[in-house]
Amino acid sequence: MNGIGLPLTKQDRAALLDPVIVNNPIGVQVLGICSALAVTTRMDKAIVMGIGVTLVVALANLAVSLVRNYTPGSIRIIVQLSIIASLVIVFDQVLKATLYELSLELSVFVGLIITNCIVMGRAEGFAMQNGPQRSLLDGIGNGLGYTLVLLLVAFSRELLGAGKVFGFTVLPLTKDGGWYVPNGLMLLAPSALFMIGLLVWALRTWKPQLQEKD
Amino acid sequence: MEHFLNLAVRSIFLENMALAYFLGMCSFLACSKKVETAIGLGVAVVFVQVLTVPLNNLMLRYLLGEGALAWISPALKEINLSFLSFILFIGTIAAATQIVEMAVDRYAPKLYATLGVFLPLIAVNCVILGGSLFMQERDYSFAESVVFGFGSGLGFAIAIIALAAIREKLVYSNVPDGLRGLGITFISAGLMSLAFMMFSGIQL
Repeated sequence: MNGIGLPLTKQDRAALLDPVIVNNPIGVQVLGICSALAVTTRMDKAIVMGIGVTLVVALANLAVSLVRNYTPGSIRIIVQLSIIASLVIVFDQVLKATLYELSLELSVFVGLIITNCIVMGRAEGFAMQNGPQRSLLDGIGNGLGYTLVLLLVAFSRELLGAGKVFGFTVLPLTKDGGWYVPNGLMLLAPSALFMIGLLVWALRTWKPQLQEKD
Repeated sequence: MEHFLNLAVRSIFLENMALAYFLGMCSFLACSKKVETAIGLGVAVVFVQVLTVPLNNLMLRYLLGEGALAWISPALKEINLSFLSFILFIGTIAAATQIVEMAVDRYAPKLYATLGVFLPLIAVNCVILGGSLFMQERDYSFAESVVFGFGSGLGFAIAIIALAAIREKLVYSNVPDGLRGLGITFISAGLMSLAFMMFSGIQL
């Protein structure tokens, strides 16, 4: 039984839903941290980046899975890299054509989706062993999990740092006659590291089996 | 000369790849458990960065940029292939890493043994690709790209070695269970990033 009318088996659903929270790429698998930290000063940047990564992971997973039986093991990395790089080029060109201002602000981070470990990690770790449909679902799931964390971090940073959500004023700032004194640190680089650190702490307190024993 | 010194200081401290742009976070977190491995990775990153950023600069100048193909024939002057830069950069980086790996293995087997698996992994390190992309975005000249490659690599090396030293000491402290390992590493990196911000505004 599923609401979307696709013939999804239990494993398919697991491939789609597990990475969103239980096996979250950032919080649990610790992949793709770089861009998660850099683009989270504002919600709109985070959501564009999330969409980009979701599309690239999903399509790269699908493509890698389709050619997996024809790819010799010794050159699989370069095959995966060229598939991923081509997808990222397409996304970058579309972004430049439609949202030029935002693409300037994201600057090198769109290009860096190529070396985003989530994309490589899922292609290598999942799509090489699984069929196209399940790989696609796994890609979408991982992309959504990544987007979720990005939005959480961006929400708190934009709200506390600038008193806004998606660019709309929620907490009126003192300099505009409101009552909220913004926390400037939230817009600077270190706060992203603190936020992800706290997020990991919360996640691991909620699910103690994830804690590291040393 | 002053200009290059300024660029070097900026890329090492002010625009530190790891702490200001969060590039190479995966290896930054994964390879910073011991100072020794951190030094190995740092040296390898500086090495590959100094090689690939200028190399990609030449690629951009003579193959991809607007009118770059004019040296083959004037008829190709109109062609601008810069949208292909991602795929060419990653190719250059993969090839350069491979060559460096073989050269180090042949001429400095001891260093090769120390670096181990980090050398090939550098091909997918975002510091390296990020360095080349920043070079493209900021339109550096060839000489500038050499300085920038060295500076950004060294900045990453300093950051990862410092973090490794902190983590070696952290072993002795009583960290809450959920924060152990990854969580506390993020927080320490955040504090380091805060400390590096004091360099902002320095001009030579």
